[in-house]
Amino acid sequence: MRAISEMGSEVGSDTDSEPVGSPDGAPRRDLLRFATAGSVDDGKSTLVGRLLYDTKSVLADQIEAVHRASVDRGLSTPDLSLLVDGLRAEREQGITIDVAYRYFGTPRREFVLADTPGHVQYTRNTVTGASTAELAVLLVDARFGVVEQTRRHAAVLALLRVPRLVLAVNKIDLVGFDEAVFSAIAKDFAGLARALGYPEDRVVTIPVSALLGDNVVDASASTPWYSGPTLLEHLESVPVTSPEIDAPLRMPVQYVIRPRTGADARSADASRWKNLHDYRGYAGQVAAGTVRPGQRVLVLPEGLVSTVRAVDTADGELAEAGVGRSVTVLLADDLDVARGSMIVDADAPPRLTDELEVTLCWLSDKPLRPGARLLLKHGTRTTQAIVGALHDRLDTDTLARGRPDHLEINDIGRVSIRTADPLPVDDYADNRTTGAFLLIDPPTGNTLAAGLVGSPLEITEQP
Amino acid sequence: MTAMLTRPASRKYAPDALEALESEAIHIFREVAGEFDRPVILFSGGKDSTLLVHLAVKAFAPAPVPFSLLHVDTGHNYPEVIEFRDRLVAERGLRLIVAHVQDWIDDGRLTERPDGTRNPLQTVPLLDSIVENRFDAVFGGGRRDEERARAKERIISLRDAFGRWDPRKQRPELWNLYNGRHAPGEHVRVFPISNWTELDVWRYIQREGITLPSIYYSHQREVFRRDGMWLAEGPWGGPREGERLEERTVRYRTVGDGSCTGAVESTATTLDEVIAEVTASRLTERGATRADDRMSEAAMEDRKREGYF
Repeated sequence: MRAISEMGSEVGSDTDSEPVGSPDGAPRRDLLRFATAGSVDDGKSTLVGRLLYDTKSVLADQIEAVHRASVDRGLSTPDLSLLVDGLRAEREQGITIDVAYRYFGTPRREFVLADTPGHVQYTRNTVTGASTAELAVLLVDARFGVVEQTRRHAAVLALLRVPRLVLAVNKIDLVGFDEAVFSAIAKDFAGLARALGYPEDRVVTIPVSALLGDNVVDASASTPWYSGPTLLEHLESVPVTSPEIDAPLRMPVQYVIRPRTGADARSADASRWKNLHDYRGYAGQVAAGTVRPGQRVLVLPEGLVSTVRAVDTADGELAEAGVGRSVTVLLADDLDVARGSMIVDADAPPRLTDELEVTLCWLSDKPLRPGARLLLKHGTRTTQAIVGALHDRLDTDTLARGRPDHLEINDIGRVSIRTADPLPVDDYADNRTTGAFLLIDPPTGNTLAAGLVGSPLEITEQP
Repeated sequence: MTAMLTRPASRKYAPDALEALESEAIHIFREVAGEFDRPVILFSGGKDSTLLVHLAVKAFAPAPVPFSLLHVDTGHNYPEVIEFRDRLVAERGLRLIVAHVQDWIDDGRLTERPDGTRNPLQTVPLLDSIVENRFDAVFGGGRRDEERARAKERIISLRDAFGRWDPRKQRPELWNLYNGRHAPGEHVRVFPISNWTELDVWRYIQREGITLPSIYYSHQREVFRRDGMWLAEGPWGGPREGERLEERTVRYRTVGDGSCTGAVESTATTLDEVIAEVTASRLTERGATRADDRMSEAAMEDRKREGYF
């Protein structure tokens, strides 16, 4: 079990965060995926609206639509939350139902924001947003500080191993921009984050007013006691952290590419492959580590050892491909590899097992009881699974663990699972791809649970 | 396809945003190829669907794309776009199925609308074609940044036997594990470029040297003003009484049914100029040029519920 502080290397660092030029000379902008969590009353939609508005990501027709709708509702100032509440039911009820994705960019970075509503099905939404996030922004109302829901959200974010947290202390104007109020909340949250396994340098607390714009994009004149970054400055400069970058190679095979013809005149690089009849490539996205020609690899669950002959793409072969890159791997030996296999570092393979100890985030109205027969989707393989013993259920309010006889929607619990086929797994704490899986209801096909191999949330002390 | 520089993906540097988006889209194409029996790419010849085809070719190279293309043709086309469509299909060795809205009108399954707009009429031929060809996964070029209802769309989105989208019954989408299980008669819509913005699309088109229909670049055209948009003369009715045709220097930001897709005044003749214009633009592409999205606050949501893309 690794603490979040030991989680992997960083791409770029604080001293090395200047944009790196790409080969064509254009400035290199990377992508940060982050999530927001908090309830409607914390002003989250307003904060997100403010981020979009102040980064000029909202265009004239959208602003005009918000002004029109605000007037229709009898408001005297435009309600920026209307920028983000997309569905009719949400606007009618003034609530946010579902995770919404937002896009904005600055000259340094592009952002994909998973905006997760807090009050309805908070686990489901927070888990969804957190599963792809490299950072999460949690909101609290400065008048109330860290409340029960903050604890729940933070526990889910820590469980999902979101590498960095930001606490936005919103409505700081409503407490008269009082430094003492802010400091007390920051101290409270630091204790909570520490208890959940976050070291100090992965947590930042920022006083903001989403309504007035203080410290969201532009630094506030009303908080002279605060010398840290604004929210956007932090988002723009924070290193992208991923535990998978320095981990051993993992690549689930998605598809076998076999042209099955002679040299194909239509393909871009027919000359590279004199006889495409012999081409047999394993298509996949690198989930951890790097893949390079000459590397000794193991194919699981088959247990076959081979050497990487080439790392191919439509644009030509690569000397090396890292996490997130979609490539086609050619092996030196003619093996029977298919979708569902995983190509891994031969010297540091994952465990191959059909007995799993896991943590589940239960997302369905249909409760989970021991003995349930379900489908389990891991990487590119779906197999049958039987749920064994339920070990405990995490109370996200108190962070205490109780013993349940079933799991209900929004519950987080530890269970044993047996699978029909052995799966190559890592602990979720070490690898957010090979340690993750879905549980699926066979009759309806619905997703029942987010599954994490092992016990990624290690609570060090009761906060 | 232009050859890109082969650069070592050093672990020191994250992929840039376009590389990350490209890899994500390729991953989605391959997942669907691996899990579905009969996928199809919805293809109009517009920039987003042309981008989809480009990404599909890259996902499976050097093998051919393992899906067909489907064009729901309203008949209200720009000749440049149809010519472009047919050329791309021939060059890439793809298979194209065309569902002509006119056929549905001719045999009475659809009725022409009084306003002449055929955009909403595409839904029935689309759903009929899905059933007839037993397609189980339909790729579309929808992006979440286009419109508020789309912002909540999944990358793989389940549709019932009537093609309807129920936003309250969406499955949670976790990590990059897509759950595409569906019952017979149901299908999924797949949006590989969900996370791209309009600017990403243009920058990628530039980086990859992708050819687009000429109407995306500035040209002279006879147009008339309606609802604040420049519409072209055509069989869809127009100009009406009081609407005056005049020659303007325009280009298109989206390509849809001719009756409701407006041109914007522009002198951008190159990709650099288009990107500069999009960067400076104060209107979203749908807000600027699509009458069909202006009808109500929830126009897109309503059409998606009915099975529209």
